[in-house]
Amino acid sequence: MTAGNHPKGGAAPTYHDDLAIVRSEIDKCMKCGNCMAVCPVYSVDKNEAAVTRSKIAVADAVLDGRLSLDDPDVYTMAFNCLVCKSCMTNCPTQVSFDRIAIALRAALVRKNGLPWLKKMIFSTLKNPRLFNTAMKAGAAMQGVVFKGDRRIKAISPRSPFALVGGSLGFDAGRKMPELTVTPLRDRVAEVIKPAEVKMKVAFFTGDSLNYFYPDAGLDLIEVLTENGVEVHIPKGQSCCGIPVLVHGDIDTARSLARNNLDQFDATGCEYLITGCGSCGGAWQHDYVEIMAGDPVYRAKAEYWSKRTFDISTFLTQVLRFRQPKGVVDKVVTYHDSCHLKKTMKVASEPREILKSIPGVTFKEMAAPDTCCGSGGSFVLTHYDTSASLGRSKAQDINQTGAGTVATGCPACMMQLLDNLSRYGQQQEVTHYISLLAESYRKEKQA
Amino acid sequence: MLDKLVVQQLQEAVGNHNVLTSKMDMVSYSYDATADMPRELPDVVVLPTSAEMVQQVVQIARAHGLAIYPRGAGSNLSGGTIPVKKGIVLSFQRMNKILDIDTANLTATVQPGVVIGDLNAAIAKHGLIYPPDPGTVATATMGGSCAENSGGLRGLKYGVTKNYIMGMEVVLANGEKVRFGGKTVKNVTAYDFTNLFVGSEGTLGITTEITCKLIPAPKFRRAMMGIFQTLEDAGNAVAGIIAAKVIPATLEIMDNMTIRTVEDFAHIGLPVQAKALLLCEVDGMSQDLVDSEAEAVIAVLGRNNCEYKAASSDAERDQLWAARRNALPALASLNNTCIVEDATVPRSRITEMLVACEAIAEKYQVTIGTFGHAGDGNMHPTILFDKYDKEKTAQVHLAVDEIFATAIALGGTLSGEHGIGMAKMKYLKSELNQSGLNLIRTVKEALDPDYLLNPGKMLAVPEVVA
Repeated sequence: MTAGNHPKGGAAPTYHDDLAIVRSEIDKCMKCGNCMAVCPVYSVDKNEAAVTRSKIAVADAVLDGRLSLDDPDVYTMAFNCLVCKSCMTNCPTQVSFDRIAIALRAALVRKNGLPWLKKMIFSTLKNPRLFNTAMKAGAAMQGVVFKGDRRIKAISPRSPFALVGGSLGFDAGRKMPELTVTPLRDRVAEVIKPAEVKMKVAFFTGDSLNYFYPDAGLDLIEVLTENGVEVHIPKGQSCCGIPVLVHGDIDTARSLARNNLDQFDATGCEYLITGCGSCGGAWQHDYVEIMAGDPVYRAKAEYWSKRTFDISTFLTQVLRFRQPKGVVDKVVTYHDSCHLKKTMKVASEPREILKSIPGVTFKEMAAPDTCCGSGGSFVLTHYDTSASLGRSKAQDINQTGAGTVATGCPACMMQLLDNLSRYGQQQEVTHYISLLAESYRKEKQA
Repeated sequence: MLDKLVVQQLQEAVGNHNVLTSKMDMVSYSYDATADMPRELPDVVVLPTSAEMVQQVVQIARAHGLAIYPRGAGSNLSGGTIPVKKGIVLSFQRMNKILDIDTANLTATVQPGVVIGDLNAAIAKHGLIYPPDPGTVATATMGGSCAENSGGLRGLKYGVTKNYIMGMEVVLANGEKVRFGGKTVKNVTAYDFTNLFVGSEGTLGITTEITCKLIPAPKFRRAMMGIFQTLEDAGNAVAGIIAAKVIPATLEIMDNMTIRTVEDFAHIGLPVQAKALLLCEVDGMSQDLVDSEAEAVIAVLGRNNCEYKAASSDAERDQLWAARRNALPALASLNNTCIVEDATVPRSRITEMLVACEAIAEKYQVTIGTFGHAGDGNMHPTILFDKYDKEKTAQVHLAVDEIFATAIALGGTLSGEHGIGMAKMKYLKSELNQSGLNLIRTVKEALDPDYLLNPGKMLAVPEVVA
């Protein structure tokens, strides 16, 4: 049986604190197996334990005492999932498997604690200033371990490290975005005003745009200001918390959520903009769920839940963005990031933006919403499965003949960068917003 | 716990990676898609990738007296793959290669783990289809659907699995491998073994290769829907369509309970007071033919007091199909347990069957929504209940007994497409009598005297053997 946990500060427990709370979700699963048709991990592993209905059966067995949280096989199978939510789009009884997965992982972490490496990394996340210092130190040091590829702002492991890291996919062929010495939030003012202010929004950068893809972050800000939007970027914002939440570290996730909710409340803005499906999903859904028992923060989470928009939705549905005129002569395909499409339900908007850019020829790839295999840190912990999915995504991209792959999530950008460099045709990987920014810039040059 | 020696022998036969023994893995193979069934942990799961491996596994199982449960995707609805007597689950998930697509002979040869939908995706570029389409085409395997002789929505016009299987390779309980049938349309060499093994539910042999028939994909189709105020009118419309010499690709019916539930669930604008809904689709190789069949169907609908709509585009077709597509998800969302039965009656008796299902729901105070394949009489009374409520569960079991008794009284059968497995074993005698049960046992014991293959399914294991 699983002992429930009582969150601090008089808050009522949620499924994050007690696995028994997801019992009704577990009961909704008919074991029909429709999840098998779309589960990316199952497509590689081809055994029942990989697939959603089995994970639900195991959670059920844990609740009944037929399986134990101490069982290392339960731990392994619970974490052998990308939390891509593809199964949820194909589930006839609409089981919220994300809740079951997180509840099970949280129960495992309560029972067994976090592995030391995760504990160390997650504890620095809780302290944004410390994390910032660590990431900058990492950026300064990366030249020792990695060699750079200036053309695509990517790095690869140098030889002795590549040898050691080979089994984890850190071989010399691995491409990763370089860590930036000056993160996005250190490059810009806390409030950026356009000449004429039509609207004010707060921008949640997330860590990936801040540390790995600051240029995409700058492009997003530029697109907003080009459209007369004043952008607030609270310096004290931290990681959205999804990386720790999916690892079952609920305390850290709640602590990050509280900080972010306070930081954004202080902006006085009415809209919150994200450029990453995982971050946006956190604000739209997960904060409400993890704060459901918290008398103070629940209301704050609900407030922002309704006011959070992916930049593409904001541009196409709230703002009616200015049609770009600069010609961007590129053949572009679009990869649907799982969390952007399956959590935030954003799929047509980025395509609408791409198709609005003069010169862009849009080519749809086969199965654009099939997971690229990133799954945040899944790529680190399950490299073989991840690479197998990445390769098949690269092949679908190759088929289109497009020279540019746009997507809406920095984690997907990293995965596409690595897999296109291995199995692709040197296609450019970009955030879709960067192509719109490029068009606006070209318009001015003309 | 299984003897370490057995595990070692299995690992030598199929490779360490293809033998699973952890308790977590056993839990993962303890169920299939059937509700309200006992579950049991196997001793070991083996995932072979060749017929030779399967032969070796059979020899090991024989030597140690272990049962073998062949398994595809585990999406069956008869409890057919649950390892009730423990032993070896033999999963074909990794034996999933399409071996040959022969466009000259219109056949495909596949390993048993190939998913039906994947086969159809592979042959689509040749303008061909493999028609049997159980609701789970995207997951169900060719091996599993052969074992269960699966049907689907297109049964009326295109038949079911057995009409498409031309040849097989089977590993028998004695470890021998046999091949029969093949790519020829005509083949009367010896007994018709294909029709013996298709639908044998894994109790007679283990399929290791399948050669199936493919047909040209119909190029045109048209869908229409009729909404009726009485079940009688709907029944008359079905009879009228057949009388008009039209064999639709699909002819689906849905009762009031299902209509109401779908509307609550999906808000697609169905009139909730309607007593029945018919969804009909005609298809064919020429536009003229399809149009004339569609006109004939519309004329029949018009004569039978219904409100009807005909789709004039793919988007409209999709809208008409939304009702049928949502039937099972909507019903299943009503409670935590959902039993889908497949009692089947002659086409001319479907109105009586639907009326009887409503009366049974009322009599036992249980929730039953009935939808199904009106064209072939294959009904799906779907019963929703709370598995934690023991009293209600007992009422559900009585209702199910009466549904099957009714189907047989109407000249029908226990199972149109799901099979017997464990779920309907106890009703077999009511349809086949003692002589029929004796015949099943004679066939079983001739091929598998030790009850090694899928024991406890279709017929009970005699105590002397157990």
